[in-house]
Amino acid sequence: MSENTKKINTPLTDDVVESLKAGDRVYITGTVYTARDAAHKRMVDLIEKGEELPFDPTGQIIYFVGPAPAKPGKPIGSAGPTTSYRMNPYTPAMIGVGLKGMIGKGEMGPEVVEAMKKNKAVYMVAIGGAAALIARSIESAEVIAYEDLGAEAVRKLKVKDFPAIVAQDCRGENMYIKGVEEYKRS
Amino acid sequence: MRNIEASLITETVKRLCMEANYHLGEDVLGALKKFEADEESPLAKDILQQIIKNAEIAHTEEVAMCQDTGFGVTFVEMGQDVCITGGNLNDAINDGIRQGYSDGYLRKSIVEDPLRRKNTGDNTPGIIHLEIVPGDKFKITVAPKGGGSENMSEVRMMKPADGVEGLKEFVVERVRKSGGNPCPPIIVGVGVGGTFEKCAYLAKKALLREVGSKHPDPYYADLEAELLEKVNNLGIGPQGLGGRTTALGVQIEAHPCHIASFPVSVNLNCHAARHKEAVL
Repeated sequence: MSENTKKINTPLTDDVVESLKAGDRVYITGTVYTARDAAHKRMVDLIEKGEELPFDPTGQIIYFVGPAPAKPGKPIGSAGPTTSYRMNPYTPAMIGVGLKGMIGKGEMGPEVVEAMKKNKAVYMVAIGGAAALIARSIESAEVIAYEDLGAEAVRKLKVKDFPAIVAQDCRGENMYIKGVEEYKRS
Repeated sequence: MRNIEASLITETVKRLCMEANYHLGEDVLGALKKFEADEESPLAKDILQQIIKNAEIAHTEEVAMCQDTGFGVTFVEMGQDVCITGGNLNDAINDGIRQGYSDGYLRKSIVEDPLRRKNTGDNTPGIIHLEIVPGDKFKITVAPKGGGSENMSEVRMMKPADGVEGLKEFVVERVRKSGGNPCPPIIVGVGVGGTFEKCAYLAKKALLREVGSKHPDPYYADLEAELLEKVNNLGIGPQGLGGRTTALGVQIEAHPCHIASFPVSVNLNCHAARHKEAVL
Protein backbone atom coordinates (compact mmCIF):
# COMPACT_ATOMS: atom_id res chain seq x y z
CA MET A 1 0.00 0.00 0.00
CA SER A 2 1.53 3.34 -1.04
CA GLU A 3 2.04 6.10 1.50
CA ASN A 4 -0.95 8.10 0.33
CA THR A 5 -3.28 5.12 0.73
CA LYS A 6 -4.69 4.84 4.26
CA LYS A 7 -7.05 2.51 6.09
CA ILE A 8 -9.24 4.26 8.61
CA ASN A 9 -11.90 3.16 11.07
CA THR A 10 -14.96 4.97 12.35
CA PRO A 11 -15.64 6.83 14.57
CA LEU A 12 -12.90 9.28 13.55
CA THR A 13 -10.62 10.96 16.07
CA ASP A 14 -9.02 14.39 15.60
CA ASP A 15 -5.66 12.65 15.07
CA VAL A 16 -7.01 10.56 12.21
CA VAL A 17 -8.72 13.59 10.64
CA GLU A 18 -5.45 15.56 10.87
CA SER A 19 -3.49 12.72 9.28
CA LEU A 20 -5.64 12.83 6.12
CA LYS A 21 -4.43 15.04 3.29
CA ALA A 22 -6.16 16.14 0.11
CA GLY A 23 -5.36 13.54 -2.56
CA ASP A 24 -5.03 10.60 -0.15
CA ARG A 25 -6.88 7.44 -1.04
CA VAL A 26 -8.68 5.95 1.94
CA TYR A 27 -10.46 2.71 2.76
CA ILE A 28 -13.07 3.18 5.48
CA THR A 29 -14.24 0.42 7.81
CA GLY A 30 -16.95 0.71 10.45
CA THR A 31 -20.27 2.54 10.68
CA VAL A 32 -21.28 5.27 8.24
CA TYR A 33 -24.66 7.08 8.29
CA THR A 34 -26.50 8.19 5.15
CA ALA A 35 -28.39 11.42 4.59
CA ARG A 36 -29.31 13.67 1.67
CA ASP A 37 -31.03 17.06 1.41
CA ALA A 38 -34.38 16.17 2.97
CA ALA A 39 -32.90 14.28 5.96
CA HIS A 40 -30.34 17.04 6.56
CA LYS A 41 -33.10 19.63 6.67
CA ARG A 42 -34.93 17.66 9.36
CA MET A 43 -31.76 17.06 11.40
CA VAL A 44 -30.69 20.70 11.28
CA ASP A 45 -34.21 21.71 12.40
CA LEU A 46 -33.70 19.40 15.41
CA ILE A 47 -30.30 20.95 16.18
CA GLU A 48 -31.85 24.44 16.07
CA LYS A 49 -34.56 23.34 18.50
CA GLY A 50 -31.94 21.77 20.76
CA GLU A 51 -33.39 18.29 20.27
CA GLU A 52 -31.60 14.96 19.83
CA LEU A 53 -30.61 13.63 16.42
CA PRO A 54 -31.60 10.11 15.27
CA PHE A 55 -27.98 9.07 15.93
CA ASP A 56 -25.09 10.41 18.00
CA PRO A 57 -22.99 12.34 15.45
CA THR A 58 -19.83 12.42 17.61
CA GLY A 59 -16.89 11.34 15.47
CA GLN A 60 -19.18 9.96 12.76
CA ILE A 61 -19.21 10.13 8.99
CA ILE A 62 -22.25 10.99 6.86
CA TYR A 63 -22.39 9.58 3.36
CA PHE A 64 -24.52 11.69 0.99
CA VAL A 65 -26.38 8.89 -0.77
CA GLY A 66 -29.83 7.69 -1.72
CA PRO A 67 -29.30 4.05 -2.64
CA ALA A 68 -31.20 2.05 -5.24
CA PRO A 69 -33.43 -0.72 -3.79
CA ALA A 70 -31.63 -3.93 -2.83
CA LYS A 71 -32.12 -7.00 -4.99
CA PRO A 72 -33.15 -10.09 -2.98
CA GLY A 73 -30.22 -11.43 -0.95
CA LYS A 74 -28.22 -8.18 -1.14
CA PRO A 75 -27.78 -5.75 1.78
CA ILE A 76 -28.25 -2.68 -0.45
CA GLY A 77 -28.70 -1.65 -4.07
CA SER A 78 -26.25 0.48 -6.04
CA ALA A 79 -25.04 3.23 -3.73
CA GLY A 80 -22.86 5.98 -5.17
CA PRO A 81 -22.56 9.52 -3.82
CA THR A 82 -24.86 12.43 -4.61
CA THR A 83 -23.61 15.98 -5.28
CA SER A 84 -22.39 17.57 -2.06
CA TYR A 85 -22.87 21.32 -2.62
CA ARG A 86 -26.57 20.87 -1.92
CA MET A 87 -25.61 20.03 1.68
CA ASN A 88 -23.58 23.27 2.11
CA PRO A 89 -26.42 24.97 4.05
CA TYR A 90 -26.62 22.09 6.56
CA THR A 91 -23.16 20.59 7.01
CA PRO A 92 -21.63 23.34 9.21
CA ALA A 93 -24.38 22.72 11.80
CA MET A 94 -23.71 18.96 11.66
CA ILE A 95 -19.98 19.52 12.15
CA GLY A 96 -20.88 21.83 15.03
CA VAL A 97 -22.46 18.90 16.89
CA GLY A 98 -19.52 16.55 16.38
CA LEU A 99 -19.64 15.18 12.82
CA LYS A 100 -16.07 14.42 11.67
CA GLY A 101 -16.45 13.36 8.06
CA MET A 102 -18.57 13.64 4.96
CA ILE A 103 -18.54 11.52 1.81
CA GLY A 104 -20.06 12.84 -1.39
CA LYS A 105 -19.03 14.08 -4.81
CA GLY A 106 -18.09 17.54 -6.09
CA GLU A 107 -16.64 20.48 -4.17
CA MET A 108 -18.07 21.69 -0.86
CA GLY A 109 -18.46 25.41 -0.16
CA PRO A 110 -16.38 27.86 1.90
CA GLU A 111 -18.84 27.76 4.83
CA VAL A 112 -18.21 24.00 5.13
CA VAL A 113 -14.42 24.44 4.81
CA GLU A 114 -14.48 26.99 7.65
CA ALA A 115 -16.35 24.54 9.89
CA MET A 116 -13.95 21.74 8.88
CA LYS A 117 -10.93 23.83 9.85
CA LYS A 118 -12.45 25.04 13.10
CA ASN A 119 -13.71 21.66 14.34
CA LYS A 120 -11.34 19.26 12.54
CA ALA A 121 -13.43 17.46 9.97
CA VAL A 122 -12.64 15.96 6.57
CA TYR A 123 -14.47 15.81 3.25
CA MET A 124 -13.97 12.69 1.17
CA VAL A 125 -15.37 11.70 -2.20
CA ALA A 126 -16.49 8.38 -3.54
CA ILE A 127 -16.53 7.95 -7.30
CA GLY A 128 -19.81 9.33 -8.57
CA GLY A 129 -21.54 6.78 -10.78
CA ALA A 130 -19.42 3.85 -9.58
CA ALA A 131 -22.43 2.81 -7.52
CA ALA A 132 -22.46 -0.95 -8.18
CA LEU A 133 -18.76 -1.19 -7.30
CA ILE A 134 -19.15 0.89 -4.12
CA ALA A 135 -22.11 -1.22 -2.96
CA ARG A 136 -19.75 -4.20 -2.68
CA SER A 137 -18.06 -2.57 0.31
CA ILE A 138 -21.35 -2.15 2.19
CA GLU A 139 -22.05 -5.17 4.40
CA SER A 140 -25.35 -4.12 5.92
CA ALA A 141 -27.86 -1.29 5.79
CA GLU A 142 -30.62 -0.45 8.23
CA VAL A 143 -33.07 2.45 8.06
CA ILE A 144 -32.88 4.22 11.42
CA ALA A 145 -34.95 7.35 10.74
CA TYR A 146 -37.27 9.14 8.32
CA GLU A 147 -38.49 5.99 6.59
CA ASP A 148 -41.14 8.13 4.84
CA LEU A 149 -38.35 9.68 2.75
CA GLY A 150 -37.75 6.41 0.89
CA ALA A 151 -34.33 6.50 -0.76
CA GLU A 152 -33.60 9.64 1.28
CA ALA A 153 -34.17 7.99 4.67
CA VAL A 154 -31.29 7.93 7.20
CA ARG A 155 -29.52 4.58 7.08
CA LYS A 156 -26.85 3.05 9.27
CA LEU A 157 -24.34 1.28 7.06
CA LYS A 158 -21.65 -1.19 8.05
CA VAL A 159 -18.83 -0.77 5.59
CA LYS A 160 -15.59 -2.63 5.00
CA ASP A 161 -12.78 -1.00 3.04
CA PHE A 162 -15.14 1.53 1.52
CA PRO A 163 -13.06 3.31 -1.17
CA ALA A 164 -12.83 7.12 -1.04
CA ILE A 165 -10.47 9.97 -1.84
CA VAL A 166 -9.75 12.93 0.44
CA ALA A 167 -10.94 15.95 -1.57
CA GLN A 168 -10.83 18.77 1.01
CA ASP A 169 -8.92 18.35 4.25
CA CYS A 170 -9.04 20.04 7.65
CA ARG A 171 -6.25 22.44 6.69
CA GLY A 172 -8.20 23.78 3.72
CA GLU A 173 -6.17 21.89 1.10
CA ASN A 174 -8.40 21.32 -1.89
CA MET A 175 -7.97 18.76 -4.68
CA TYR A 176 -10.46 20.64 -6.85
CA ILE A 177 -7.87 23.43 -7.03
CA LYS A 178 -4.63 21.46 -6.68
CA GLY A 179 -5.51 18.65 -9.12
CA VAL A 180 -6.98 20.96 -11.74
CA GLU A 181 -4.00 23.35 -11.63
CA GLU A 182 -1.69 20.46 -12.36
CA TYR A 183 -3.47 19.23 -15.48
CA LYS A 184 -4.92 22.33 -17.10
CA ARG A 185 -3.44 23.64 -20.36
CA SER A 186 -4.02 26.95 -22.03
CA MET B 1 -53.08 2.22 -40.76
CA ARG B 2 -50.99 -0.09 -38.63
CA ASN B 3 -52.24 -0.97 -35.18
CA ILE B 4 -49.86 -1.15 -32.22
CA GLU B 5 -51.13 -2.42 -28.89
CA ALA B 6 -50.54 -0.06 -25.95
CA SER B 7 -49.48 -3.09 -23.90
CA LEU B 8 -46.59 -3.70 -26.32
CA ILE B 9 -45.40 -0.12 -25.75
CA THR B 10 -45.60 -0.66 -21.97
CA GLU B 11 -43.62 -3.92 -22.19
CA THR B 12 -40.99 -2.23 -24.37
CA VAL B 13 -40.57 0.80 -22.10
CA LYS B 14 -40.29 -1.46 -19.05
CA ARG B 15 -37.51 -3.45 -20.73
CA LEU B 16 -35.67 -0.35 -21.96
CA CYS B 17 -35.72 1.27 -18.48
CA MET B 18 -33.93 -1.75 -17.06
CA GLU B 19 -31.53 -2.28 -19.96
CA ALA B 20 -30.52 1.38 -20.02
CA ASN B 21 -29.70 1.34 -16.31
CA TYR B 22 -27.83 -1.98 -16.33
CA HIS B 23 -25.90 -1.91 -19.58
CA LEU B 24 -23.68 1.02 -20.48
CA GLY B 25 -23.53 1.63 -24.24
CA GLU B 26 -20.54 0.17 -26.11
CA ASP B 27 -19.78 3.68 -27.43
CA VAL B 28 -19.41 5.14 -23.93
CA LEU B 29 -17.45 2.15 -22.68
CA GLY B 30 -15.13 2.36 -25.68
CA ALA B 31 -14.56 6.09 -25.10
CA LEU B 32 -13.82 5.49 -21.40
CA LYS B 33 -11.19 2.88 -22.31
CA LYS B 34 -9.59 5.13 -24.92
CA PHE B 35 -9.34 8.09 -22.54
CA GLU B 36 -8.11 5.86 -19.71
CA ALA B 37 -5.22 4.71 -21.90
CA ASP B 38 -4.22 8.34 -22.63
CA GLU B 39 -4.82 9.78 -19.13
CA GLU B 40 -1.73 11.37 -17.54
CA SER B 41 -2.86 11.68 -13.92
CA PRO B 42 -2.40 8.45 -11.91
CA LEU B 43 -5.41 9.30 -9.70
CA ALA B 44 -7.56 10.06 -12.75
CA LYS B 45 -6.47 6.82 -14.41
CA ASP B 46 -7.42 4.89 -11.30
CA ILE B 47 -10.85 6.58 -11.21
CA LEU B 48 -11.47 5.75 -14.89
CA GLN B 49 -10.51 2.12 -14.27
CA GLN B 50 -13.01 1.95 -11.40
CA ILE B 51 -15.73 3.48 -13.59
CA ILE B 52 -15.05 0.83 -16.25
CA LYS B 53 -15.08 -1.93 -13.62
CA ASN B 54 -18.36 -0.56 -12.28
CA ALA B 55 -19.94 -0.76 -15.75
CA GLU B 56 -18.81 -4.38 -15.99
CA ILE B 57 -20.30 -5.26 -12.58
CA ALA B 58 -23.61 -3.57 -13.43
CA HIS B 59 -23.73 -5.43 -16.76
CA THR B 60 -22.94 -8.86 -15.30
CA GLU B 61 -25.08 -8.62 -12.17
CA GLU B 62 -27.88 -6.68 -13.89
CA VAL B 63 -27.93 -3.93 -11.29
CA ALA B 64 -28.11 -0.17 -11.74
CA MET B 65 -24.72 1.27 -12.75
CA CYS B 66 -25.60 4.42 -10.78
CA GLN B 67 -27.98 4.69 -7.83
CA ASP B 68 -29.49 7.76 -9.49
CA THR B 69 -31.49 5.85 -12.05
CA GLY B 70 -32.84 9.12 -13.27
CA PHE B 71 -35.89 10.78 -14.72
CA GLY B 72 -37.57 8.56 -17.31
CA VAL B 73 -37.02 10.74 -20.35
CA THR B 74 -38.51 9.17 -23.48
CA PHE B 75 -38.28 10.22 -27.11
CA VAL B 76 -41.00 8.87 -29.36
CA GLU B 77 -40.93 9.04 -33.15
CA MET B 78 -44.37 7.87 -34.14
CA GLY B 79 -45.24 7.21 -37.76
CA GLN B 80 -48.41 9.08 -38.78
CA ASP B 81 -49.87 5.80 -40.06
CA VAL B 82 -49.68 4.18 -36.63
CA CYS B 83 -52.80 3.74 -34.54
CA ILE B 84 -52.41 2.87 -30.85
CA THR B 85 -55.07 0.47 -29.63
CA GLY B 86 -56.11 -0.76 -26.22
CA GLY B 87 -54.95 2.31 -24.30
CA ASN B 88 -53.38 5.73 -24.70
CA LEU B 89 -49.75 6.55 -25.37
CA ASN B 90 -48.99 8.55 -22.20
CA ASP B 91 -50.40 5.90 -19.90
CA ALA B 92 -48.66 3.13 -21.84
CA ILE B 93 -45.27 4.83 -21.39
CA ASN B 94 -45.81 5.71 -17.73
CA ASP B 95 -46.99 2.17 -16.98
CA GLY B 96 -43.75 0.92 -18.56
CA ILE B 97 -41.68 3.26 -16.40
CA ARG B 98 -43.61 2.24 -13.27
CA GLN B 99 -43.07 -1.47 -13.96
CA GLY B 100 -39.47 -1.10 -15.08
CA TYR B 101 -38.43 0.89 -12.00
CA SER B 102 -40.27 -1.44 -9.65
CA ASP B 103 -39.30 -4.82 -11.13
CA GLY B 104 -35.80 -3.64 -12.00
CA TYR B 105 -34.90 -2.47 -8.45
CA LEU B 106 -34.31 1.05 -9.73
CA ARG B 107 -34.50 4.12 -7.50
CA LYS B 108 -37.65 6.23 -7.48
CA SER B 109 -36.45 9.81 -7.77
CA ILE B 110 -39.49 11.86 -8.83
CA VAL B 111 -41.41 14.24 -6.55
CA GLU B 112 -44.99 15.05 -7.55
CA ASP B 113 -44.61 18.79 -7.02
CA PRO B 114 -41.36 20.81 -7.15
CA LEU B 115 -42.23 22.90 -4.09
CA ARG B 116 -44.07 20.41 -1.90
CA ARG B 117 -41.68 17.59 -2.83
CA LYS B 118 -43.54 14.38 -2.05
CA ASN B 119 -42.06 11.38 -3.85
CA THR B 120 -44.52 9.74 -6.27
CA GLY B 121 -43.08 6.39 -5.22
CA ASP B 122 -42.90 4.81 -8.68
CA ASN B 123 -40.66 7.17 -10.68
CA THR B 124 -43.59 8.41 -12.77
CA PRO B 125 -44.42 10.52 -14.59
CA GLY B 126 -41.74 10.32 -17.26
CA ILE B 127 -40.93 13.15 -19.64
CA ILE B 128 -42.35 12.33 -23.07
CA HIS B 129 -41.08 14.00 -26.25
CA LEU B 130 -43.34 13.08 -29.14
CA GLU B 131 -42.56 13.64 -32.79
CA ILE B 132 -44.93 12.60 -35.57
CA VAL B 133 -43.00 11.34 -38.60
CA PRO B 134 -44.02 9.82 -41.95
CA GLY B 135 -44.50 6.06 -42.17
CA ASP B 136 -45.89 3.30 -39.97
CA LYS B 137 -43.01 2.66 -37.57
CA PHE B 138 -42.90 3.49 -33.87
CA LYS B 139 -39.45 4.27 -32.45
CA ILE B 140 -39.01 4.80 -28.74
CA THR B 141 -35.86 5.78 -26.85
CA VAL B 142 -35.62 5.70 -23.06
CA ALA B 143 -32.87 7.97 -21.73
CA PRO B 144 -32.83 7.95 -17.90
CA LYS B 145 -31.30 11.25 -16.79
CA GLY B 146 -29.59 11.79 -13.45
CA GLY B 147 -30.08 14.93 -11.38
CA GLY B 148 -26.43 15.76 -10.73
CA SER B 149 -25.53 16.48 -14.33
CA GLU B 150 -28.96 17.94 -15.17
CA ASN B 151 -28.48 20.55 -12.41
CA MET B 152 -25.31 21.83 -14.12
CA SER B 153 -27.11 22.56 -17.41
CA GLU B 154 -28.13 25.96 -18.77
CA VAL B 155 -30.00 27.75 -21.57
CA ARG B 156 -28.79 31.21 -22.55
CA MET B 157 -30.41 33.65 -24.99
CA MET B 158 -27.24 35.11 -26.55
CA LYS B 159 -26.98 37.91 -29.12
CA PRO B 160 -26.36 37.06 -32.78
CA ALA B 161 -23.29 39.34 -32.46
CA ASP B 162 -21.84 36.91 -29.87
CA GLY B 163 -21.36 34.44 -32.71
CA VAL B 164 -19.36 31.25 -32.59
CA GLU B 165 -16.75 32.73 -30.23
CA GLY B 166 -19.52 33.58 -27.77
CA LEU B 167 -20.85 30.04 -28.03
CA LYS B 168 -17.42 28.53 -27.35
CA GLU B 169 -16.88 30.74 -24.33
CA PHE B 170 -20.32 29.88 -22.92
CA VAL B 171 -19.91 26.13 -23.37
CA VAL B 172 -16.39 25.98 -21.89
CA GLU B 173 -17.37 28.27 -19.00
CA ARG B 174 -20.42 26.11 -18.25
CA VAL B 175 -18.20 23.01 -17.98
CA ARG B 176 -15.58 24.86 -15.92
CA LYS B 177 -18.14 26.14 -13.41
CA SER B 178 -19.63 22.65 -13.09
CA GLY B 179 -16.32 21.17 -11.87
CA GLY B 180 -16.79 17.74 -10.33
CA ASN B 181 -20.55 18.13 -9.78
CA PRO B 182 -21.90 16.50 -12.97
CA CYS B 183 -19.72 13.36 -12.48
CA PRO B 184 -17.04 13.88 -15.12
CA PRO B 185 -16.01 12.49 -17.51
CA ILE B 186 -19.12 13.99 -19.03
CA ILE B 187 -20.80 14.17 -22.41
CA VAL B 188 -21.54 17.77 -23.38
CA GLY B 189 -24.79 18.21 -25.30
CA VAL B 190 -25.06 21.57 -27.02
CA GLY B 191 -28.22 22.99 -28.60
CA VAL B 192 -27.96 26.00 -30.86
CA GLY B 193 -30.82 27.85 -32.51
CA GLY B 194 -34.57 27.35 -32.40
CA THR B 195 -36.55 29.09 -29.69
CA PHE B 196 -35.96 29.10 -25.92
CA GLU B 197 -37.67 25.75 -25.32
CA LYS B 198 -36.58 24.14 -28.59
CA CYS B 199 -32.96 24.98 -27.82
CA ALA B 200 -33.01 23.10 -24.51
CA TYR B 201 -34.60 20.12 -26.27
CA LEU B 202 -31.85 20.15 -28.91
CA ALA B 203 -29.11 19.87 -26.29
CA LYS B 204 -30.84 16.90 -24.68
CA LYS B 205 -31.37 15.26 -28.07
CA ALA B 206 -27.69 15.78 -28.91
CA LEU B 207 -26.84 13.47 -25.99
CA LEU B 208 -28.48 10.56 -27.80
CA ARG B 209 -25.86 10.53 -30.53
CA GLU B 210 -23.20 7.84 -30.47
CA VAL B 211 -20.23 9.07 -28.43
CA GLY B 212 -17.20 9.51 -30.65
CA SER B 213 -19.31 9.82 -33.82
CA LYS B 214 -18.76 12.83 -36.08
CA HIS B 215 -21.41 15.45 -36.78
CA PRO B 216 -22.60 14.99 -40.40
CA ASP B 217 -21.97 18.70 -41.12
CA PRO B 218 -18.15 19.27 -41.30
CA TYR B 219 -18.56 22.80 -39.85
CA TYR B 220 -20.12 21.38 -36.70
CA ALA B 221 -17.79 18.35 -36.66
CA ASP B 222 -14.82 20.77 -36.48
CA LEU B 223 -16.52 22.87 -33.83
CA GLU B 224 -17.21 19.78 -31.72
CA ALA B 225 -13.56 18.68 -31.95
CA GLU B 226 -12.33 22.16 -30.99
CA LEU B 227 -14.73 22.37 -28.04
CA LEU B 228 -13.71 18.91 -26.81
CA GLU B 229 -10.07 19.95 -26.78
CA LYS B 230 -10.84 23.20 -24.96
CA VAL B 231 -12.98 21.42 -22.39
CA ASN B 232 -10.33 18.79 -21.73
CA ASN B 233 -7.69 21.51 -21.40
CA LEU B 234 -9.57 22.79 -18.35
CA GLY B 235 -7.84 20.04 -16.35
CA ILE B 236 -10.99 19.24 -14.33
CA GLY B 237 -10.55 15.52 -14.92
CA PRO B 238 -12.60 12.56 -13.70
CA GLN B 239 -14.73 13.57 -10.70
CA GLY B 240 -13.16 17.06 -10.79
CA LEU B 241 -9.99 15.96 -8.99
CA GLY B 242 -7.67 16.89 -11.87
CA GLY B 243 -6.75 15.14 -15.09
CA ARG B 244 -6.92 15.26 -18.87
CA THR B 245 -10.29 13.53 -19.19
CA THR B 246 -13.09 15.98 -18.44
CA ALA B 247 -15.39 15.11 -21.35
CA LEU B 248 -15.70 12.07 -23.61
CA GLY B 249 -17.46 14.06 -26.30
CA VAL B 250 -19.10 17.35 -27.30
CA GLN B 251 -22.23 16.83 -29.39
CA ILE B 252 -24.11 19.66 -31.10
CA GLU B 253 -27.63 19.85 -32.53
CA ALA B 254 -28.48 22.98 -34.55
CA HIS B 255 -31.84 24.32 -35.75
CA PRO B 256 -32.98 27.38 -37.74
CA CYS B 257 -33.62 30.44 -35.59
CA HIS B 258 -35.12 33.95 -35.61
CA ILE B 259 -33.09 36.85 -37.09
CA ALA B 260 -33.01 38.51 -33.65
CA SER B 261 -32.08 35.37 -31.69
CA PHE B 262 -29.10 33.18 -30.87
CA PRO B 263 -30.20 30.67 -28.24
CA VAL B 264 -27.52 28.31 -26.95
CA SER B 265 -28.02 25.54 -24.43
CA VAL B 266 -25.72 23.12 -22.67
CA ASN B 267 -27.09 19.87 -21.27
CA LEU B 268 -24.43 17.90 -19.44
CA ASN B 269 -24.58 14.14 -19.06
CA CYS B 270 -22.56 12.09 -16.59
CA HIS B 271 -20.40 9.16 -17.69
CA ALA B 272 -23.38 6.92 -16.94
CA ALA B 273 -24.78 8.19 -20.25
CA ARG B 274 -27.80 5.95 -20.60
CA HIS B 275 -30.14 5.46 -23.54
CA LYS B 276 -31.69 2.43 -25.18
CA GLU B 277 -34.08 2.36 -28.11
CA ALA B 278 -36.49 0.03 -29.83
CA VAL B 279 -38.43 0.17 -33.08
CA LEU B 280 -41.87 -1.42 -33.12
